[in-house]
Amino acid sequence: MNILEVNNVSKNYGSLYALADINMTVGDGKWLSIMGPSGSGKSTLMNIIGCMDKPTSGSVILDGQDITQLSLTDLTVIRRDKIGLIFQQFHLVPYLTALENVMLAQYYHSMVDEKEALNALERVGLHARAKHLPRQLSGGEQQRVCIARALINYPKLILADEPTGNLDEANESLVMNLLHQLHQEGSSIIVVTHSPEVAKHAETTVVLEHGKIAQIIDNLK
Amino acid sequence: MFGKMLLRVLTRQKKKSLLIVLTVALGVSLATSMLNVMFDVGDKVNQELKAYGANLNIVPKGASFVSDMYQIDDNNQATPSQFIQEDELVKIKMIFWAYNIVDFAPYLSVTANIDDKPVKIVGTWFDKHLIIPTGDEIDTGMLAMKSWWQIDGSKMVDDNLHGAMMGETLAKKLNLKIGDEFTIVAPKTQQIITLTVNNIFHSGGIEDSEIYVSLPIAQKLADKVGLVERIEVSALTTPENELARRAAQDPNSLSRNEWDVWYCTAYISSIAYQLEEVMPSVRVKAIMQVAESEGAILQKTQLLMILLTILSLVCSALAISNLVTANVIERSAEIGLLKALGASNSAVAMLIICEILIIGFIGGVIGYFIGVGFAQIIGYTVFGSTIEPKILIIPLVGLMVLFITLLGSVPALRMMIFLKPIDVLHGR
Repeated sequence: MNILEVNNVSKNYGSLYALADINMTVGDGKWLSIMGPSGSGKSTLMNIIGCMDKPTSGSVILDGQDITQLSLTDLTVIRRDKIGLIFQQFHLVPYLTALENVMLAQYYHSMVDEKEALNALERVGLHARAKHLPRQLSGGEQQRVCIARALINYPKLILADEPTGNLDEANESLVMNLLHQLHQEGSSIIVVTHSPEVAKHAETTVVLEHGKIAQIIDNLK
Repeated sequence: MFGKMLLRVLTRQKKKSLLIVLTVALGVSLATSMLNVMFDVGDKVNQELKAYGANLNIVPKGASFVSDMYQIDDNNQATPSQFIQEDELVKIKMIFWAYNIVDFAPYLSVTANIDDKPVKIVGTWFDKHLIIPTGDEIDTGMLAMKSWWQIDGSKMVDDNLHGAMMGETLAKKLNLKIGDEFTIVAPKTQQIITLTVNNIFHSGGIEDSEIYVSLPIAQKLADKVGLVERIEVSALTTPENELARRAAQDPNSLSRNEWDVWYCTAYISSIAYQLEEVMPSVRVKAIMQVAESEGAILQKTQLLMILLTILSLVCSALAISNLVTANVIERSAEIGLLKALGASNSAVAMLIICEILIIGFIGGVIGYFIGVGFAQIIGYTVFGSTIEPKILIIPLVGLMVLFITLLGSVPALRMMIFLKPIDVLHGR
C-alpha cells in the first residue's frame, strides 16, 4: 500500500517549468528523500505533496485520495489531518512557549491535551524546556519542538523541508536520530534536502534536476 | 488556547496596540463629543434663539382678522369675546409642555393723547411673578422676551403704576428724557393719568413710537379691567417636519399613531393645539418664520455635527486599516504557519478580529470619556453651560467602535485570506 503516488505531475509558471512529468511513489512506513540543487524543483514538489500548492497537471494521491481535485479549504483539512510539517527555519510562534507551540497543532486539529503535548516534548528530549519561549531555545531545540509539533497529531506522512539546514553537526545528528525513531515506529517520512548525507538516511532518494527526476537511488543496496 | 494566544498577542505588541487604542480613542472622542453636543444642541440653540422673541401668538377667537392684519385699534368697539381674561394666563403653564414655555407676556393697547397728539399706549407684564395652581412659581414678562431691546434707565417693574417705558422716536418727538413727567388722556374713556419716563428704549421697530406701561394702567385707560387683547409666548420647540406641517393644517388628518407622536413631541403646532385645549376661547397662532428659522438653524447645526462625526469615524477607520494591515504584513509568517498547521481562514480571521475588537473596546472606553470631556468644553465655550451626557450615546459609541474597527480590518483580513503558507514559510 502506498501512502503517496505522484503521477505525471507538472508545475509551470507561465512558460517556466518548475516540475515536468514527475512520477514516484512512497510506500506506507517508508522514508524517501528528495534531493537536488537549488532551483531543481524540490520545494515545489514538497509544496504540492504538502497540500500547500496545486500542480498544473497530473495527480497526487495521498492516502488514497486525489488531492489535486480538492479546494484550498479541503487541502487545509487534509494537511491538518494527514501531514506533519517540519521546516528548515523552524517557524515556531514566537510568543508561545515550546509546549504551547505543540498544543497549537492540537488546537487546530482536534482538542488540546497538555499531557500528550508534554509527552511529545519528552520524546524529543525537551520536557524540561516546555515552558521556554522559542527565543530561549537553541536552533536544535527549536527544530526538536518543530518535530514534536509535527508528530503530535499522529500524521500519516511527515514532510520535512531541509530539517537540518540551519543546524550544527551535533544537532543534525539529534534530529536525524529522532526521524529514525519515528521511521522505526512506522511513520512515513519524506525529507527534502540538498545534502547527500541527510538523503542517505532514507530508503530511497529521488534526485531532481531542472524539474525532472534525474535519478532514483535505492539507499538499502 | 485561543484566549492564551489572544492574550500573548496583545501583551507582546504593546506599542502597536497602544497606537490602535489611541486612534480609536481619538475617533470615538470626537464622535462622542459631537453626538453629545448634537443631542443637546437642540435645547441650547433653542434657548439662544429665544432671544429673537416669541414664536406663538395667542389672540381671542372673536378677534377680527382685519384688525389683526392691519393693526386697526378698535378696542372700544370690541365686544368682550375679543379679549382674553387676564386670570386665564396661568393656564399657559399648565399644559403637557409647560416646561417648554420659557416666557409669555400679555398685551393690551389703547390710543391716548399726549399734548393732543395720538400715541399708542401698550400695557403689559414686565417681569411678573406668578404662582401657578400646580404650585410652581415663575417670573415672566416682556423684558425677557425682548432681550435685544436697548433700554436706558432702571429696570421697569410691574408694581410701578406711575412709570412708563417710552420708545426712542416718541421721546425725541415729545422732547422727553428719563425722569420727565407727561400726561396722557384717553379720549374714549376720558381717563387722565400722569406718568414718569422710567426708561427710553430702542427696539428698531414700530415700538419706538409707543409707550409701554404696566397692564393695569392700560386696562384703566381702555376701561378693560382684567382683560388683555393678545399674548406672546416663547416656547422651546422641536424643528418642524412633514408630520408637524400636516398636523398644523389639520390634526384630524393624522392616524392614531401619528397623532400620538405629534401630540407628545414639542412641535410648535402641538404646543399651540394644547394651549387651545386649556384656553378654549382663544386662537393660538404659530409665528412660523421664527419656528422654521429655529428648525432650519438646528437642522444645519445637527447636519454639521453628523458630518463631523462621520468624518472622524472615517479617518479613524482609515488609520486603523493602515495599522492593522501593517500588523498583518509583519505577522505574515506567523499567519502562514497557522494556516500550514491547519487553521482555516475563519479561525485566523477570528483571532485578528478579536484582537482588534479588544483593542477597539479599550480605545472606545477611553475615547468615550475624553469625548464627554470635549463636549463639556464645547458646551462652556459655545453655550456657556454644560452638555448633559446622554445614555443613548453609549450603545451608539459601541456600534461605532464595532463599525470602525471591523471596517478598518477589512483590507487586512482580505490580505490574510489570500496569504498562502508557501509565500511566507520558505523565506520568499
